[in-house]
Amino acid sequence: MAKKLAIIASKGTLDGAYPPFILASTAAALGFEVKIFFTFYGLQLLKKELSLKVSPLGNPAMPMPVPIPSIVQVIPGLEWFATWMMKRKLKTKGVASVEELRDICVESGVELIACQMTVDLFDFKNEDFIEGISSGGAATFLEFSSEADTTLYI
Amino acid sequence: MSEFDIELDTSGMNCPLPVLKARKALSTMTTGQRLHLIVTDPGANKDIPAFCKMTGNSLLDTNELDGKIHFFLEKG
Repeated sequence: MAKKLAIIASKGTLDGAYPPFILASTAAALGFEVKIFFTFYGLQLLKKELSLKVSPLGNPAMPMPVPIPSIVQVIPGLEWFATWMMKRKLKTKGVASVEELRDICVESGVELIACQMTVDLFDFKNEDFIEGISSGGAATFLEFSSEADTTLYI
Repeated sequence: MSEFDIELDTSGMNCPLPVLKARKALSTMTTGQRLHLIVTDPGANKDIPAFCKMTGNSLLDTNELDGKIHFFLEKG
């Protein structure tokens, strides 16, 4: 019987989008049955048009070309700049885009589940999300994860 | 080793793309056919053997030349 991987994706930033989609697509390539449960900010990863950002604010570990004090990081445009820089770096290093990894997940049969409670909480609509996803709650996730070989909260 | 049926060059691609591309190529092949996989991602030295182990494909040979890792896989 196929191994199973259960993931909770709770982050909606550009850097936070990579771990669930990388692990899910790779696990599918290794023959796992995979389900990702998207909750809270992770729901952003299911949007048709992704506009994921990365912010240096509150993240002292983010490498910057020059040290930027927190007080300066609130200046409008800095988040845009950090996101642009990160995307450029990802591209030059041959890292797949989040869209590409998400497409591979869908093609390889990874089940993408939107947490119904947080969809309602944020007033998201089904048409905001890509096709082919399902929705469910805590019990849906736990039923699958109780039989999973690996369960991750990201 | 020089005999193979399909060659796949993933030079410049980073994790997890070499594994995903290898999987896709193997899915078009028949049992016993050989894939020559070229990778520049140094993480592949561990990732490709792990991929083979998990998927029942055989890793026949590995060698490194001019910064590129050459894997020879046989579809299981």
